[in-house]
Formats: sequence, C-alpha cells, structure tokens
Amino acid sequence: MKKILVYLLLSIAAVSFLYPFYWMVVASLSPAGDIAGLVFLPSEFTMDNYWQMIAKIPIGRALMNSMLVATITTFGVIVFCSMVGYALSRMEFKGRDAIFYIIIFTMTLPFQITLIPNYITMVELHLVDTYAALILPFLLNSFAILLFRQAFKTIPQSLIDAARIDGCSEIRILFQILFPNIIPTIVVVGILTFMNSWNEVLWPLIVIREESLMTMPQMVTLFSVGGRAEGQLGVKLAAAVLLALPILIAYAFFQKHFIQSMASSGLKE
Amino acid sequence: MKKKKWLPYLFVAPYLLHFLVFVAFPVLFSLVLTFHKWNIISPMEFTGLDNYTRMFRDKMFWKTIGNTIQFLLVHIPLQLIVALALAEFLNQNIKLKGFYRAAFFLPVIVSGVVVTILWQQLFGFDSGLFNRLLTNMGMDKVGWLIDPDIAMNSIAIMATWKNVGLYVILFLVGLQTVPPHYYEAADIEGATHWQKFRHITLPMINPTIFMVVILSTIGGFSLFIEPYVMTGGGPLNSTLSSVLYIYKQAFQYYHMGYSATLGFFFAFLILTVVMLQKRFIETEEVD
Repeated sequence: MKKILVYLLLSIAAVSFLYPFYWMVVASLSPAGDIAGLVFLPSEFTMDNYWQMIAKIPIGRALMNSMLVATITTFGVIVFCSMVGYALSRMEFKGRDAIFYIIIFTMTLPFQITLIPNYITMVELHLVDTYAALILPFLLNSFAILLFRQAFKTIPQSLIDAARIDGCSEIRILFQILFPNIIPTIVVVGILTFMNSWNEVLWPLIVIREESLMTMPQMVTLFSVGGRAEGQLGVKLAAAVLLALPILIAYAFFQKHFIQSMASSGLKE
Repeated sequence: MKKKKWLPYLFVAPYLLHFLVFVAFPVLFSLVLTFHKWNIISPMEFTGLDNYTRMFRDKMFWKTIGNTIQFLLVHIPLQLIVALALAEFLNQNIKLKGFYRAAFFLPVIVSGVVVTILWQQLFGFDSGLFNRLLTNMGMDKVGWLIDPDIAMNSIAIMATWKNVGLYVILFLVGLQTVPPHYYEAADIEGATHWQKFRHITLPMINPTIFMVVILSTIGGFSLFIEPYVMTGGGPLNSTLSSVLYIYKQAFQYYHMGYSATLGFFFAFLILTVVMLQKRFIETEEVD
C-alpha cells in the first residue's frame, strides 16, 4: 500500500519534469493556431515554425559558432587545467602552496565582481566581437584544476618514476602515460565544460554584438525578447528546441556521466 | 635524471596569466571603478564615495535586494522540501530508479534560456497551461508573470523545477551515508517514521542541507536570464534581479563606475550571507 503511494508520487513528479519538454517539442511542430489549446497532439504536424525561424535568423551559423566555441573551450580546459593539476600534485617548486590557495580563493569569488571589469578588459584588448572573447575567459577554472590534481594524486609514484628514468619529458608523462589512467576525470571535466560553454548566455550578451559571431543561447534569447519572433510562440519554441537538442542528444547517450559530473560539481563545497 | 627548475612554472604559467588578467586585475580595477564615474568613452572622473552614497539612496538597488529575498524565501524551502522528499522516495527499494533520476535531472542540463522560454508559455495568462488547468477546475486565472506580487514567486517556482534534480542526487548521496543499523536500532525502540527522520536522517544530512541552501542562495543572487527573457525585470520592477540591474546600469546607461559598485557590493553581500548561513547551520549541528 505504502509502496503504491511512493510510486504514484514519483510518477507524478516524473510527469511534471518530462511533460513540459514533450509539450515544447510538440508545440514547435504544431500549426500556429493549435498551440494555445495544445495538450497532447495538434491537428497536424508541420515544420512551418522551423522554416520560418531559419528564414528569420542565421540559426545555422549560431549552431556552428556554439559548436566551435564549446569544442575549443573544452579541449583548452582539459589541456591547460590538467597541466596545472599535474604541477600541483606531482612537481616540487616554490610557490606551489600559494598557487593552490589562489585557486581556492578564486573559486569562492562571486562573478558579479569581475563582470564589468572583464568587459572593459575585452574592450581595451580589442576583443569585443571575436571568438577569443567567448573562449579566453573560460580556458582555465579552479574546479577543473582541483579535479585533475585529485586524479593525479591517486596515480602511483612508481609509474611516474619509471617514465622519468626512461627519459620521458614531463609533457609526455602527462599526456601519454598519465592521461589514459584518469579517463573518468577527463570525461567529467569534458562534460561540465562543454555543457557550461554551450549554455553560457550572460557573457556572450555582453561581448558579442555582431550577429555572425553569436552563439545559440544568445541568438535564441535575442530572438525571443526582440521583435523578430513577432509574438509567434511556435517559432520561439522551435528556436528553444534547437538550442536544447545537442545537449539532450548527448544526455541520452551519457546520462550517467552527466549526473555524476554535475553531482561532483555540487559536492565541491 | 636532469632537473629543470623552470618546468613546473611553465606548467602553471597559463593559469597565472589567466588569474592576473581575469581575476586579480578585475577585482582591483573593480575597486578603482567604484570611486569613479565613467562611460567608457570619455575619461574617467574621480568622484570619491559618490557611487556608494548613490547606491544606498537608490530605490532600485533596495528593490533588487527585496526581490532577491522574496525569491530566496520561496525558492530555498521549496527546493529543500521537494528535493528531500524525492530523494527519500528514491532511496527506497523501488524499480525504475534510473528512469526517475534521469527524468528529474533533465531540466538541470538544459540551458536556462530554453527553460525560461518554455515556462514563459506555461505561465501565459490567457492560454498558458497552468491557467488553462485552473480554468478547467473552475478556478480563477493567476497573473503568474503580470501580477507584481506574484511574478518573483513564479520565477522561484521555475528555478526550483530547473535545479531540484541536482539536489535530489546530492540528498540521495547524503541519505546513503546514514548507516542502516541506526534505523534498525530506532525500530527496536519503536520509533515512528517522523522520529526517525527528525532524529537520525536530518542530523546526518545536515551538510547536504547546508550545501543546498548555499548553492540556492548563490543562484538567487545570480538570476539573470530568467527575468531578462520572461519579464525584462517587470512588472513594476518586481523581478529586477541584482545581476539584471548591474547589466542594465552598465549596458543600457553606460554607468560603468556605478555598475561596478553594485557588482562589488553584491559580491560582498553574497560572501557575507554564505558565511552567516555557515555559522548558523554549524551551531544548529552542535545543539
């Protein structure tokens, strides 16, 4: 009896999380007149909203920009943050502890304080309206460094010593010998970085004005709040579906990794 | 084995450069900006403490703090109750656990822009799903996003829906750290469900509660895209968030000095609130 109640409540919860997404996808495929009364199925399915959206905004270009920015950022974070994590955990040098404390300090710093000055830096460096503005500020972050540092700490010293005696350079030790041993960490960092980069919207709104450089979230946001959707719900929703789709597809394949990665980022405190 | 002393510094050099450009400089420059008036184009003008006195007299600044408090008062309790309840359900011996978890987690990974556009439709006054449901049940429509008293609560509900899946997972991890023999011992003593929850579960998951409260608080102070897309901060500035206000001061009015002052103060406020919460929850634990 009690079990049934638990299942009932869980199912109600599951529906309340899934149904809005179902509604969004179906509404984006419905004729304009059907959306106001839509519950389960429209009178007919149509791609109209999508064709209209494509005619109104360069969504293909935005998709490409998002892919480019998120991919480069992800590769950059994995390379640069693993180097720092390796140095902090496996190399002896003066100032190591100081750098570690700087990393912890940076992690607790609210972004509100750096937002305006960072914009001014972009202006002064003439980086407004460049891909660099979308990528450079995100290439290093405290959390990824700490994850890599933690992962490298678990690797036996003998593995590193053997490689050093063989005359391997530190760069080769890091990327060829240690990397295969920390794949779970690379996956976590990769997923978090890609997802955060893909979903970032405040920073692009600040540093990008040129339409051909806009990423998906910015394009969809400006389309939605600006006049170009002309109040057509279906077209707005179609844009939202396209923005969500790549992450949803990735989630379908790597669901467990997504949950683990996000949970570990929540547990960082 | 030859020792290259400079090599470790080469490894951390990108980080140090990044730290100087994107953290150290901005923090210091932000402080400098708070004493200046500047629209980026004309030269900076030193104005002493003007930005600070202006801020404390600025009705809109106090409005954003009030709005944030209203958001947090709805968001934090709702988040804790829903997340804890769902985690409790999932922590029992049930089938399809993976499916439920994946469903709850879905909004967490999706862009806030998507969630906001979607909920803007759900909250619609005339044909939004919620009001259609209410009308069907014979109740009055609610002005989810057009009633100034309600709009911030609506955003708090939406934010809970978006984030709660993450906190379900965190609570689930927390619940699994409770040793089963604690419950067994309580069963022998004849403890009720509520007693077990109050005296065993709750103290054991206190660190998780603390984390959820802090992350939600930081989230409340970071609200931007939700009001930006849904309401533009309206109606009657009832959903103007701190970040949206910083954004408007900087990029609509080009008050760089004043917006930096707001940013500086809000960062200070966040750190203070988080520290107070930490204090408060830690003393609770000792009791």
